[in-house]
Amino acid sequence: MDSVLELARWQFGIVTVYHFLFVPLTVGLTMLVAVLETIWLRTKNPEWLRLTKFFAKLFLINFALGVVTGIVQEFQFGMTWSDYSRFVGDVFGAPLAIEALLAFFLESTFLGLWIFGWDKLPRALHNACMWIVHLGTLASSWFILAANSWMQHPVGYRFNEITGRAELTDFWAVMFNKVQLGTFPHVILAAYLTSAAFMIGILGWLYLRRPGENNAERPMYRRGMVLAAWIMVFSGVGVAVSGDIQGKIMTEVQPMKMAAAEALWETSESCAPFSVLTIGTRDGKHEKWALEVPCVLSFLGTGTFDGKVEGIYDLQEQYRETYGSTPGETYYSSGDYTPNIPVTYWTFRWMMGLGVVGTLVGLAVLWLTRRGRTPTGLVGRFLPALAISAPVMVLLGNSMGWIFTEMGRQPWVVFGVLTTAQGVSPGVEPWEVWMSLIGFTLLYAVLAVIEVGLLMKYVKKGPDPFVEPPSPTLRGSDSDADEPMNFAY
Amino acid sequence: MELTTVWFCLIAVLWIGYFVLEGFDFGVGMLLPMLARDDRERRVMINTIGPVWDGNEVWLLTAIGATFAAFPEWYATLISGFYVPVFLILIALIVRGVAFEYRHQRPSVTWAGWWDRAVIFGSYVPAFLWGVAFANIVRGVPIDADFEFTGTVLTLLNPYGLLGGLVTLSLFVTHGALFIALKTDGEIRGRARALALRLGVVAAVLGVVFMFWTQALTGNLGTAVLFVVAAPALVGGLGAAYVGREGVAFTGTFLAIGLVVAGIFVGLFPDVMPSSTDLANSLTTTNAAASPYTLKLMTIVAAVFAPIVVGYQAWTYWIFRKRISIHHIPAAH
Repeated sequence: MDSVLELARWQFGIVTVYHFLFVPLTVGLTMLVAVLETIWLRTKNPEWLRLTKFFAKLFLINFALGVVTGIVQEFQFGMTWSDYSRFVGDVFGAPLAIEALLAFFLESTFLGLWIFGWDKLPRALHNACMWIVHLGTLASSWFILAANSWMQHPVGYRFNEITGRAELTDFWAVMFNKVQLGTFPHVILAAYLTSAAFMIGILGWLYLRRPGENNAERPMYRRGMVLAAWIMVFSGVGVAVSGDIQGKIMTEVQPMKMAAAEALWETSESCAPFSVLTIGTRDGKHEKWALEVPCVLSFLGTGTFDGKVEGIYDLQEQYRETYGSTPGETYYSSGDYTPNIPVTYWTFRWMMGLGVVGTLVGLAVLWLTRRGRTPTGLVGRFLPALAISAPVMVLLGNSMGWIFTEMGRQPWVVFGVLTTAQGVSPGVEPWEVWMSLIGFTLLYAVLAVIEVGLLMKYVKKGPDPFVEPPSPTLRGSDSDADEPMNFAY
Repeated sequence: MELTTVWFCLIAVLWIGYFVLEGFDFGVGMLLPMLARDDRERRVMINTIGPVWDGNEVWLLTAIGATFAAFPEWYATLISGFYVPVFLILIALIVRGVAFEYRHQRPSVTWAGWWDRAVIFGSYVPAFLWGVAFANIVRGVPIDADFEFTGTVLTLLNPYGLLGGLVTLSLFVTHGALFIALKTDGEIRGRARALALRLGVVAAVLGVVFMFWTQALTGNLGTAVLFVVAAPALVGGLGAAYVGREGVAFTGTFLAIGLVVAGIFVGLFPDVMPSSTDLANSLTTTNAAASPYTLKLMTIVAAVFAPIVVGYQAWTYWIFRKRISIHHIPAAH
């Protein structure tokens, strides 16, 4: 592994997947914290304020890493993918710049107001700040996913022969790309699922650990847990439905990705089977054993049980005809238009499996705690572990989803237009990419350990006791001249 | 005015915004070991920038995003060409941002001490390297006919580039000292003011040399005017600090930094990244620009939203206008 291309792909993959561990949790937790604070304002029940502050603290620990790893993202296209940047900047740069102007400023500024403004802003305005932060995260997701969806399915542009690059012709086509319309709800609902799983994991563990102690806290944990479980179940169903829609769109615009997801080598004229598990050779070309459900793939891909699903071999031939039979010169070095089958096959399965099982935990929690019940005995001892497994599963599921989406598009970086190999920086040396690959990975590993340590510290501690927040003094500083700040670093 | 020129100006404004704003929070970070006597004072310093540093950093992200959108060729050549400094700046910004959030999370001196080091490292490195980068852009770097940077990291470490780094470093640290003097009360306020005066003299000397050199390299009437105003802004600011007018003093460094950066951009125009290999290979506002459609779209978005952003950021500064002192710092969590 010494070519800049391979190194750059590993570097981008590691840095991006790591960043995406924090993003869904950030998007989802801004919503949850805003909801918790709103419930507190409505009910005046101190428990909700305690939960607000508890999850806000955990959120901020997570948010810090989301922000700093996000900075890298904006520079990476230029660092290791400069030819990609030159080629697509006209189309891809606009959503990125608009994301910064419309979303990042909103998030950072209003989050600062929320964190430090407990004693400075009226309650409703303070709560509104967190809702604005959440809107910022949604706007941010919209623009970045529109940019990514354009790479999956380029629309609203033309290739300019003179400048040799893609140029934007219709911004709205990019904003409302059909891939985007499937992807955005899928990713946002997955973010809600992630944050609810996070909440259920933590509250479930607090609720059931050391039975007998903390009895006074139990109603609070239970309430929070039930709220999270409902959000989890609803968003989990939403993730599945939007994922199904997205799959149908993908079958249309990137049939190769969906064929790869199923390791479907031969075209199936009708009633394509869905492969639950396949054990195959390492290159993915021969199957040794498979468990299949008849006709389901046809339904997933086309909406009918006897729909035709194209296989990898046929698609490979089609792509060769469309993009060149000897593509080594202009396109991909090997002329191979097939993505890595084992990776796409397994990440697709893990994404769905983890998402479904994670969601079932929410359902199990609702059932086990129905009508005021507290699970006892074996189930009671088992439930904390189950609850904690939920966020882990969902987070892994998120990563698998992204790896699938991005690997399934290979060898293209912009589908049908620019290969990954063409996008890499021509002037960058292997040692430079090694340096950033090792540097970021090591630093991220250290930060991950620190973050998990901090999260565990505060989870063990549980929510702080209730303290009435100081009354806000919008007008200024005279009356509380020597009061300590309500929040300080 | 051509939209390419409009975007050149807007990107200049974004960089000016970034340097005048994050400049002072870099300064506060760099001063951590010099100014604070104990942990409480360090926390006072960090909390002066607590609510705003993240918003300040977004000016950078917007500048980079706008460059990507409006001048893709510039973005591609600059970021891939300056690979090593960009990598170091990113590492610095990562550890710095995490440090602010994590420093107070454990009541341990060792813990806080390590995060202090992260803040200090994370503030010095970008404060210096941004200066090196911009000085090299002004001076010109080897760029071939494909607009590829052909130099190495050593190409950037020339005397003018290094001076540029020292200029931003010394200006930011002075700016930060004046910000602390403006935002704090108690002993630290007086110490910050005294330190600002000494640092300011260094910044003034380096700044004047840099301005003369820049004038000689790329100067025109516009840069001359900007530099001629920048110098008295800085010196006047220091004078105001001396007589205890911290607000005026901070405005002085604010203006001085803004004017120097403006001068750099005015000197650069119409190039965005001149080539030292062959002037014909220089990236300019026209050959590096995006299509007219993209520029028009971006202009509309910027015209509508930039004033809103400036409005609510200004409001944040107003909300947190109160001076803080050690009495305001609550016990650690």
